[in-house]
Amino acid sequence: MMQAMHMSALLPVLPELILLGSAIVLLMAGAMRGEVSSEAINSASIAILFLVGLSFAVVPPGRHELFNGSYVVDDFSRYLKLLAIVGSAGSLLLSLDYLTVEKQQKFEFGVLVLLSTLGMMMLISASDLIALYLGLELMSLALYVVAASNRDNVKSTEAGLKYFVLGALSSGMLLYGASLIYGFTGTVNFSGIAKATNLAAGAGGIGLIFGLVFLFVGFCFKISAVPFHMWTPDVYEGAPTPVTAFFAAAPKVAGIAIFVRATMVAFPGIAHEWQQIVVFVSIASMALGAFAAIGQRNFKRLMAYSSIGHMGFALVGLAAGTPEGVQGVLVYMAIYVAMTLGVFAVILSMRRDGVLVENIGDLAGLSRTHPTMAFFLAMLLFSLAGIPPLAGFFAKYFVFLAAIKAGLFTLAVLGVLASVVGAYYYLLIIKIMYFDEPVKNFESMPGRLRVVLGVSGLFNIFFFAYPAPLLALATVAAKSLF
Amino acid sequence: MNWPILSVVTFLPLLGALFIMLVRGDDGLARGTARWVALWTTLVTFAISLVLVARFDPSSAEFQFVEQHNWLGIASYHMGVDGISLPFVILTTGLMPICILASWTAIQRRVRAYMIAFLVLETLMVGTFSALDLVLFYLFFEGGLIPMFLIIGVWGGPRRVYASFKFFLYTLLGSVLMLLAIMAMYWDAGTTDIPALMHHGFPLSLQKWAWLAFFASFAVKMPMWPVHTWLPDAHVEAPTAGSVILAAILLKMGGYGFLRFSLPMFPSASHDFAPLVFTLSVVAIVYTSLVALMQEDIKKLIAYSSVAHMGFVTMGIFAATTQGIAGGIFQMISHGIVSGALFLCVGVVYDRVHTREIAAYGGLVNRMPLYAAVFLVFTLANVGLPGTSGFVGEFLALIGTFKVQVAVATLATLGVILSAAYALWLYRKVVFGVLEKPLLLGIKDIGWREALIFAPLVALTLLFGVAPKPVLDMSSAAVTQLLDNYNHALAAAKTAQLDRDAKEARVIPVSAVR
Repeated sequence: MMQAMHMSALLPVLPELILLGSAIVLLMAGAMRGEVSSEAINSASIAILFLVGLSFAVVPPGRHELFNGSYVVDDFSRYLKLLAIVGSAGSLLLSLDYLTVEKQQKFEFGVLVLLSTLGMMMLISASDLIALYLGLELMSLALYVVAASNRDNVKSTEAGLKYFVLGALSSGMLLYGASLIYGFTGTVNFSGIAKATNLAAGAGGIGLIFGLVFLFVGFCFKISAVPFHMWTPDVYEGAPTPVTAFFAAAPKVAGIAIFVRATMVAFPGIAHEWQQIVVFVSIASMALGAFAAIGQRNFKRLMAYSSIGHMGFALVGLAAGTPEGVQGVLVYMAIYVAMTLGVFAVILSMRRDGVLVENIGDLAGLSRTHPTMAFFLAMLLFSLAGIPPLAGFFAKYFVFLAAIKAGLFTLAVLGVLASVVGAYYYLLIIKIMYFDEPVKNFESMPGRLRVVLGVSGLFNIFFFAYPAPLLALATVAAKSLF
Repeated sequence: MNWPILSVVTFLPLLGALFIMLVRGDDGLARGTARWVALWTTLVTFAISLVLVARFDPSSAEFQFVEQHNWLGIASYHMGVDGISLPFVILTTGLMPICILASWTAIQRRVRAYMIAFLVLETLMVGTFSALDLVLFYLFFEGGLIPMFLIIGVWGGPRRVYASFKFFLYTLLGSVLMLLAIMAMYWDAGTTDIPALMHHGFPLSLQKWAWLAFFASFAVKMPMWPVHTWLPDAHVEAPTAGSVILAAILLKMGGYGFLRFSLPMFPSASHDFAPLVFTLSVVAIVYTSLVALMQEDIKKLIAYSSVAHMGFVTMGIFAATTQGIAGGIFQMISHGIVSGALFLCVGVVYDRVHTREIAAYGGLVNRMPLYAAVFLVFTLANVGLPGTSGFVGEFLALIGTFKVQVAVATLATLGVILSAAYALWLYRKVVFGVLEKPLLLGIKDIGWREALIFAPLVALTLLFGVAPKPVLDMSSAAVTQLLDNYNHALAAAKTAQLDRDAKEARVIPVSAVR
């Protein structure tokens, strides 16, 4: 394989190589220089992510298979990798002020986020079960550590431990499923599995289905879909808030990406079987996300349930199993990341007398004390609820459009009903901000958070005016899977 | 001159809202600026919308002032008005300056935000009536919930939180089902363009479900019995101008939706479900009129009377006769003016006494003769007295229904009597009698600002009462075409059904022989 050794063959994975190289360099620098360099390293991580994003311009267009077909770079992976990078960079930007004020600046934080992002990129490009597992573990191991990064805080430690134990369990299930699939198809490669299931149409057997179910358990755990969502509220609440923002954005993108790719590429032959599972998971997630969030008073916990619900909506597109459906999922994830980062920018600026408060009641009268912040948060919440003309409406629109075409009427009707129930708790926060009497002012919002909130808010409000670029990208990306 | 006049009318208020947003602070100066900017924006918008009327060709049933641009890929930015939608556009732009003036002194808290909410709402309402693409329509239609939610919730009465949530969730629940129907229609027809969909001819099964889904949305918006319960709450808690917009324009979106979507796109389903609509309409007319008789709150009484009057509209529309539909449209325009004015009348005394309880009033005529006269005009128009605009709409709707459903029309006539009962009772309680309540002894008659608000409304009520032609002419061509297409589609469906029956009749003996 002399050609494969040629350096130019590695050009499609240039972004990953840059990320890997700089993560190692930063780790060394941190180890040499010690704590004093923490802030510089964490800031540098953002610059590196920016650079990695830019390096996609060098990646040759089209579809490339590397490492004997276990790693694929196509439009689908490019779109989602960029999205994951935006999510990671956004949450790093959110974390800088927090880390300084809370005296939590550790150089490992930036490095771990970079490594986790690398894992996500591997996961997004994975084209066989082994690459999938490698990517997943690289991403998750880094996540376990950052969840517990506030070592002296009981809740944070608990969150990290809980996440680790349950994550390890789900990884085990995923591995077990992968081995079953390998056993019944004789290959780990996605397109190979697809061929094998097509040949053995019907006779693919119960063993393959078992493998598929275990594989799905692993995916559902990573994207916190019902019934594998239990860790989410506790981890969201316990982890330091910027880490929660990170959890809510980037890993979800990677999780959905591999869920979609594995399902669409490896198992088109047994679409009927997996469709039932996805439909169930989707309905259960939407319903639980809508109902369980109503009683929450902690904003981070509420966002946990909200993200469970949103994953349910994204899966509506996957359940359709069509190019339109995948396009819907891709649009959904982009808008979801934008909304989530904006909301967390507000949560991170809920600082009163030097202490970060987390209850939605603390937002009372925000529209009078901080009108701009309240306006943007209100727009983001309306968007999360899916009210037009905000971006969140279009996100839901495209997934449901695909579901209707695929004839999944029950799913669509239950889904929109869940979105009405979900609207209730978003309205509740808006009510607190706009209808209630103000309490004490928050400290003024740090500049970086303003930037994130402003960009995310404006994107949400004005998406309707010029949606064409994102839609075109998503269409191209979705096509590359079919 | 070929400028996008409809887009200007639609988005000019938004521009005004952005301008107010740039004004900083909440001192007297900022409030004054916000009020004046809002007033001038709405006045200019109204003036431009009159250009629409001047250039409108009422002899054509086609959409006019059409604009179309690429937008979503699957949906386009397609705007245009015909004789059915133009009256509603004018009603909206015409009432907005009045609403701003009515809030001039009543709103002292967060004036900037209030004016922004109203201007954004105007953009969304005009857009709803002029959108010619289903997705675009839905965007405007649903988007209106956001400003209205805030208007009720921030500037409303004591139970504003309950009322605003109920308003929002009720309407949203109806609309999301319509959204799914829109998607199903897209996959069937391959487009969301409204003029194209009108001639598409949907299969019967889809028609049935889509009709029900659209009905869920419009019946809540209208509102029809039994999903009307959000309306009294929203009306009572909303600030005066909010009630005016709600009664005069937001409710009309339901009726407009029936005319724009249900009848032309699902003719067979509309025909099959007409008995359901008739039943609900008659129940609304009779039952909610009786409920109105029992109210102790002025706004609540008017709110229930709105539900009853909307019953005439739905009845007239689904009678599917020229008179019925023309009556429905006219009744909506007239009700827009009259009920809006009635809520303004309530606002006048509420601003002075700060209660809406009927029992707290009495004998106002002694201190407020001018107010009593104005209130009388609108009360009589609400009753449907000949010579006021209220009569024309109800009369036409009743005639139109009488042609197809004698029993329904007869029962609905009861509503006219009942409306006289509750409206006159209210008038007697509030205006006549002895002025003995201590709170009312020092009450002042309406001032020049309030007179300015009421003058055009009184004039229009009386003008349309004796000369309804301008409105009827504007929409007649569009109504005729709507009915032609409707009857055509029904006849075609019937022939197809007959053919199928005949074929089955031929087939069965053959198989029996075998």
